[in-house]
Amino acid sequence: MSPLLKKRWLSLYVENDVGVLAKIAGLFSGKSYNLSSLTVGETEDPTVSRMTISLYGDDKTFEQIKKQLNRSVEVIKVLDFTELSIHKKEILYIKLHSLKKEEIEDIIRSASVFGVTVCDYDRTSLILESVKTEDENSDLLAYYKKYYASRMEAVRGGSVAIESVSRSDR
Amino acid sequence: MKIKGTQLFVKALVEEGVDTLFAYPGGMAIDLFDALYGEKDFRVVLPRHEQGLVHAADGYARATGKTGVCLVTSGPGATNLVTGIATANYDSVPLVCFTGQVPTNLIGNDAFQEVDIVGICRSICKYAVTVRRREDLGRIIKEAFYVARTGKPGPVVVDLPKDIQQALGSDEYPKEVFMRGYKPSTGVHMGQLKKAASMLESAKRPLFLVGGGVNISHAGEEMTALAEKMRIPVVSTVMGKGALPSDHPLYIGNMGMHGNVASNTAVSECDVLFSIGTRFNDRITGKLGEFAKDAKIVHIDIDAASISRNIVVDVPIVADAKEAIVKLTEIVNPPKHISGEWLRHLQELRAEKPIRIRSSAPLTPEDIIEGINRNFPELIISTDVGQNQMWTTQFIQLKGRSKLLTSGGLGTMGYGLPAAIGAKLGRPEMPVVCVSGDGGFQMNEQELATAVCEELPVIICILNNSYLGNVRQWQEMFYGGRYSCTCLRKRKSCAQWCSSPAATCPPYVPDFVKLAESYGMEGIRVTRREEIDTVFERAQKITNKPTLIEFIIEREEEIMPMVPGGNALSEMITEVKKERK
Ligand SMILES: Cc1ncc(C[n+]2csc(CCOP(=O)(O)OP(=O)(O)O)c2C)c(N)n1
Ligand SMILES: [Mg+2]
Repeated sequence: MSPLLKKRWLSLYVENDVGVLAKIAGLFSGKSYNLSSLTVGETEDPTVSRMTISLYGDDKTFEQIKKQLNRSVEVIKVLDFTELSIHKKEILYIKLHSLKKEEIEDIIRSASVFGVTVCDYDRTSLILESVKTEDENSDLLAYYKKYYASRMEAVRGGSVAIESVSRSDR
Repeated sequence: MKIKGTQLFVKALVEEGVDTLFAYPGGMAIDLFDALYGEKDFRVVLPRHEQGLVHAADGYARATGKTGVCLVTSGPGATNLVTGIATANYDSVPLVCFTGQVPTNLIGNDAFQEVDIVGICRSICKYAVTVRRREDLGRIIKEAFYVARTGKPGPVVVDLPKDIQQALGSDEYPKEVFMRGYKPSTGVHMGQLKKAASMLESAKRPLFLVGGGVNISHAGEEMTALAEKMRIPVVSTVMGKGALPSDHPLYIGNMGMHGNVASNTAVSECDVLFSIGTRFNDRITGKLGEFAKDAKIVHIDIDAASISRNIVVDVPIVADAKEAIVKLTEIVNPPKHISGEWLRHLQELRAEKPIRIRSSAPLTPEDIIEGINRNFPELIISTDVGQNQMWTTQFIQLKGRSKLLTSGGLGTMGYGLPAAIGAKLGRPEMPVVCVSGDGGFQMNEQELATAVCEELPVIICILNNSYLGNVRQWQEMFYGGRYSCTCLRKRKSCAQWCSSPAATCPPYVPDFVKLAESYGMEGIRVTRREEIDTVFERAQKITNKPTLIEFIIEREEEIMPMVPGGNALSEMITEVKKERK
């Protein structure tokens, strides 16, 4: 694989219209660009949505993707977050079930060490909620998978990102 | 005043200056057609198939420089447009295609003749949109025309649900467009242009490469002036042909897969390649690593996404071709160190190795296209796709206001005849000639009826080799002569395997001459080169209906030279080695 292959971040302002998500997603699939995650939601202006997209790609493909997005009529603005100081977080839910009492206790302890919330539970199961970076969430997932692989269910939301106001580092 | 959506639609077309609407009716467009009944401000043309319709609108747009406008019904009417929309998209042709749609409350119900045409077209058009509220109708139509013709032009689809057509609403059609997501680039980056200029000034073996973008922005004269000021030779892509008069001493010819030896040599040997309005697709470049490998490359294109995509360039400039050419001509000086040999070398090569069909046949494609050159000093010529297209683009001489209409990017068989019809509707004062293959002609032959009913004297030249010749040639050259599904004379009674024609082959169907006659037009069959001039003279005297001329050519005539796909431009083949398996 190309040595330039690295993770990239894009933030798009798009029209909040029917079909815009399909347009963007179709652009990636139609041109065989690999997309890792895509999140979308309304902004302070209800006619505008924002998308946060992460992908792995080389410089040339990434430049092409930005140009293709820029020339889409539905896209209002394309921001490249890759080299910028940004805040980005992903939500991750992990549901663990068929747990013994000691396991529950252990999980609650581990959760507080990892800075994860237990947002729901009963006597044999619980749900962890983590709002962290994708990498941190991957680590968490790997940790719980080690012990509870057959008794878990995980959902990841994909990252949302916003430019920092104070930090200039990354 | 409150008016119906359909009335606003008609008003919008009038305000956009539309003079020709290509339209085919149906249930979900019937209200629109009712509003068009007896329309006086523009002409409504009824082709015989929606594919023919959209290619006609495309030919009209390429011939006139105006936007082609289509109206069809929902479902099958809309899906029949798809090939034509993609064709226009690949060649940057401005079209606005209106499609009827089921009422908004039925969308998503799999209603009768409902298809998601916006979804289908999303990746093959510049912009596609459904009008969901009557109050948006005027704005969306305005935007559609604006998007279609500005920047890099292209097709726009506007889907019109039936209830929106019927609803009463404002009669206002906006005067201005504001689109926050669409800002076509304007102006030229002078810093970049100066860099490019100084590169040209210090070049020893400079070359201009002219693509379709130069024709789209109608910059032929400006390009010619620039080349003359600089005394720099020019090669073109197929789509750029005609930007310079074909007989201009600085014009070396078409380059690329079926270009001439001199042009492809020029690209391989130049030290500065100054390219304008081409996206360097694989038919142009051949093997990428070998393309212009000794040259610094300048690339001007209106579309930022076309720059440094296939070929990494040294000086990228995002700009409209005409604007950039004009500005460059103002600031640039003729190259100081240009080698006197360079131009002479290319001109000699061009003279030594012209494209020639070496054949003992009584009638060759070269004879036919040369016949067109003799008989039509200025013309609009459309081609279909295949060998007929390549022969035409190799031999045709474009001078003055002449134009070539050809499906370059998508290579759509069936394009030629309807495009010629559209061109004649838009430019009635110009002779319009269509060159087609026998295969491609049959893909939209129903449009003969349109030409007859609209009284359009287009001259249709079918080059009949009884083969899907282009594919047959590939089979001959690269697949051991296994003529799989390329013979159009093959019948059930034929042997299953066949790798060459014979005198005993079954007759061709249809009989094109009788077909023409059945449409009430003249059909002429030509078998010898001596007949060519007489036939064109006769055809030019017919002024109120089309003429079909069937030229019987050698069945296995080849298109040469060629650069096999994936090879470097310097590795041209000039002869077919016959080997059979
Ligand atoms: C719609 C469509 N289908 C298939 C092709 C593939 N194709 C390219 S050239 C060609 C042969 C065309 O035959 P004909 O029209 O007789 O022209 P000739 O090459 O013989 O001049 C074919 C099948 C195409 N370009 N377009
Ligand atoms: Mg043929």
